[in-house]
Amino acid sequence: MSIAVRARHDQGDFTLDAAFQTDARVVALFGPSGSGKSTLLHIIAGLVRPNEGRVAVDGRVLTDTAAGLRVPVHKRRIGYVFQDARLFPHLSVARNLAYGRWFAPKSERYGSRDEIVALLGIGHLLDRRPATLSGGEKQRVAIGRALLASPRLLLMDEPLASLDAARKAETLPYIERLRDELRIPIVYVSHSLEEVERLTGEIIRLDGGRVVGR
Amino acid sequence: MELTPEEWGAVRLSLRVAVVATLLSLPLGIAAAYALARGRFPGRALLDGLIHLPLVLPPVVTGYLLLVTFGRRGPVGAWLDACCGIVLSFRWTGAALAAAVMAFPLMVRAIRLAIEAVDRGLEQAAGTLGANRFMVFLTVTLPLALPGVLAGMILSFAKALGEFGATITFVSAIPGETLTLPSAIYAYTQVPGGDAGAFRLSLIAAGIALVAVVVSEILTRRVGRPARLT
Repeated sequence: MSIAVRARHDQGDFTLDAAFQTDARVVALFGPSGSGKSTLLHIIAGLVRPNEGRVAVDGRVLTDTAAGLRVPVHKRRIGYVFQDARLFPHLSVARNLAYGRWFAPKSERYGSRDEIVALLGIGHLLDRRPATLSGGEKQRVAIGRALLASPRLLLMDEPLASLDAARKAETLPYIERLRDELRIPIVYVSHSLEEVERLTGEIIRLDGGRVVGR
Repeated sequence: MELTPEEWGAVRLSLRVAVVATLLSLPLGIAAAYALARGRFPGRALLDGLIHLPLVLPPVVTGYLLLVTFGRRGPVGAWLDACCGIVLSFRWTGAALAAAVMAFPLMVRAIRLAIEAVDRGLEQAAGTLGANRFMVFLTVTLPLALPGVLAGMILSFAKALGEFGATITFVSAIPGETLTLPSAIYAYTQVPGGDAGAFRLSLIAAGIALVAVVVSEILTRRVGRPARLT
């Protein structure tokens, strides 16, 4: 797994000007709020078009402003777990989980639904509506939904930040399990050093829109 | 309260005109609402203005423009007649066209507000799961905006039912063909002793309109709340 990102982007009076490259399977972007972590993740996913920059995952160029290249979000096959889960409120948990499966090419699918449901401990929630889930449950379903689209890379944007300490402690082991058992490449964004240190040794520190160390 | 056969005919014709006008303009209404709510393209303000034009123009002007364009000698009307044998002027189908044009701004407005209320974050999430823009619209935006779409349809239906000015200008008021409910009421007011008939038909028109507005109001309040679909 290799990720190479270089991006300059202006957003109001905030300027992101960061670059990193890594071969680690799990990499963490760590820094205070407003340091540009999420913007960088949005740029990798293709949700934000940088003013200038280049994104390549495993040698596949996804964004290259100099060449006028930008692979659309839905063709990148990059999973995204948002801080606020963003489950589809009109669909049951089972239907949320199945959503991305349908769009993934058959030859590239991995992990069965039962396997991922068991891994995340969400089997008892399948018939429920997102509105009836707790914060931790929502986040686990959101992770499962992203995984079942069989992404080549999973981006996790502060997945625990909206949870209280107890829920955090309860949810983090699930993320460790998918890291160890699915062996999927992950970019994990957090402002909690404790969290990222538990997940990986590859930590890229951001502050004020710049990479300040690793 | 007894209605004469002619009065029933006018009520039935109006219902048919309103249903056809609403259903046929719905796909276009959804497309226009989506373009206005989510699109960023040159001419967006112009499109917005054009859609809203029938709301501010005197209806007789809209009817006249329809007659000039879709009349048998009008550019579009002559072409429709030559290619497919479709004649709109002085036919009930023309009444449906006039009603659709007049109701269009109301329909688009309701649907547009509903689409704008849909969380774009959910659309982004669907994109990261592999859905292209059209699939995102079909599986996320539209289901979540559904109450607004229904509200827009009901408003459009009620407006189409009551359309008078553009209709009578474009297709006149021919009993059995284009004599709609409002035209029938107007006709009653023009003859001595027509008061009772005008009153009966007005009551029916007011009743239908009231029910439509109440239902549409209830649906509008449901926008953003998940509809029970699956």
